[in-house]
Amino acid sequence: MSIDIKTARKVAHLARIEVAEDALPPLADALSNILAFMEQLNEVDIEGVEPMSSVTPMALKRRKDEVTDGGYQAQILANAPDTREGFFAVPKVVE
Amino acid sequence: MTDLSKLTIADARDALRKGDFTAAELTEQYLGAIEAADALNAFSTNTPEIARAQAKAADERLAKGDTPDMCGIPLGIKDLFCTKGVQTQAASHILDGFKPEYESTITSQLFDAGAVMLGKLNMDEFAMGSSNETSFYGPVTSPWRRGNHDAALTPGGSSGGSAAAVSADLCLGATGTDTGGSIRQPAAFTGIVGVKPTYGRCSRWGVVAFASSLDQAGPMVKTVRDSAIMLEAMAGHDAKDSTSANLAVPNFEAALTGNIKGKKIGIPKEYRLEGMPAEIEALWAEGADKLRDAGAEIVDISLPHTKYALPAYYVIAPAEASSNLSRYDGVKYGHRAKLNAGEGVTEMYQRTRAEGFGEEVQRRVMIGAYVLSAGFYDAYYIRAQKVRTLIKQDFEKVFAEGIDQILTPATPSAAFGLGEMKDADPIKMYLNDVFTVTVNLAGLPGVSVPTGLDASGLPLGLQLIGQPWNEADMLNTAYALEQASGFAAKPQQWW
Repeated sequence: MSIDIKTARKVAHLARIEVAEDALPPLADALSNILAFMEQLNEVDIEGVEPMSSVTPMALKRRKDEVTDGGYQAQILANAPDTREGFFAVPKVVE
Repeated sequence: MTDLSKLTIADARDALRKGDFTAAELTEQYLGAIEAADALNAFSTNTPEIARAQAKAADERLAKGDTPDMCGIPLGIKDLFCTKGVQTQAASHILDGFKPEYESTITSQLFDAGAVMLGKLNMDEFAMGSSNETSFYGPVTSPWRRGNHDAALTPGGSSGGSAAAVSADLCLGATGTDTGGSIRQPAAFTGIVGVKPTYGRCSRWGVVAFASSLDQAGPMVKTVRDSAIMLEAMAGHDAKDSTSANLAVPNFEAALTGNIKGKKIGIPKEYRLEGMPAEIEALWAEGADKLRDAGAEIVDISLPHTKYALPAYYVIAPAEASSNLSRYDGVKYGHRAKLNAGEGVTEMYQRTRAEGFGEEVQRRVMIGAYVLSAGFYDAYYIRAQKVRTLIKQDFEKVFAEGIDQILTPATPSAAFGLGEMKDADPIKMYLNDVFTVTVNLAGLPGVSVPTGLDASGLPLGLQLIGQPWNEADMLNTAYALEQASGFAAKPQQWW
């Protein structure tokens, strides 16, 4: 599978990374190259094999659905580039 | 007076307990060594005030006879670990100026045990790299050189700062993290010991995430004994990491008897690569001979899906990374791009990430987005996860047949020069992890032990892979290998 410029543009958008038009062809080449390397996986017989979704065979612990921690508004906002009145501030989303 | 720069953690611990010197004296020695080693670029942030305060507190504890193993031991901390109030950037521009409001579980445990933080250590950006050249802080230069040549070499990566700092005696030990080989490869390149524990042995809480199902932190130190001591202090259950195992942490140091009589050591034929340097072949064979001489039984084994580990890894790791790194959007912390009039929040996300992430990180995030995208998810991601199952089963099978540990080379070559791989295909760089990445995919423990030098005088290492949760036995075999190898080479100080 090779990636064309249109797909490269789409992937950049999915990843929310701004890529200039003239940078798309080399990006498409680089991504294609890596995908070609992954194509080796097609040689493997995976019939009846379960995908590995957990590294160690253990069930995740459950606990009561209740608040156990919190109240850190100031600490959470401390590193933000822009805050207003106790909130993260971003450019206008809706006109 | 003892040469404080040549100590191991075990030596320093014993001497501190006896009162031969103080933690404050030890710390000053290392702070001085770090100041004189700017040329290596191993540290990204120095924290002398914190170090002095922690050393003073350690001396007070020592005076009272309260002496955990790590009490007063000066360490370097990889920049991937969140350290409260101290710059933590994962060597990325996108986390510019980030000072966590909290402490990672591992560093908390180390500091509670009395360890001293000298500073934060340089690394590949978001731990994505094998040469430390993707760091926003600039590459680390290895303290090692090829004979008398002054060409700058890589210390490996991603824990390159950790490896260089330990090898150059800028600290007694360092934390590292390993997603595909990022502890073991730099340890091998710099002649030190690096341990990647079983997945779930050390808490990932507060460690900047790269690929959550593969990431595991571990110690990088001078000797196997030191690795046992430091791993014990780092390990343990943590309710804040849901994948952390609720298992007792053994006394790893007590397991180091050096007696490996009757142990079965597997030699996997699939790790014999075409075009592998003869020196690596010879090192591997000598390692097997040494273990045999020490009483182990050497058994030829097969791990048939080895060849597919690297391509599976380069689907799974970028997929997880693209998800984990979606949090860097210019809103909560770090860098935010300047916008032009009329631009909105989408432009802010896209430009922030374009400016903030380096080339390799961008490449992996985009590959990850692609393999997870509609229409390709099954073909790439699910297929890779199935291959991962097969890789894990390969190991389970040989362990079920009675193999105690597996011996392999740690890396396919010695350290290469900085810039040497600049124009190479990224896949070439990925091949550095060819012997280590299977261990992450299967969630197993692995250790890299220095056992020899190549013709130009650079260190080479062997890897031992252990059974899950049996780091103790793996480290004991590593200890026997270390004793038999007698590796004592150090880089000649030029910095």
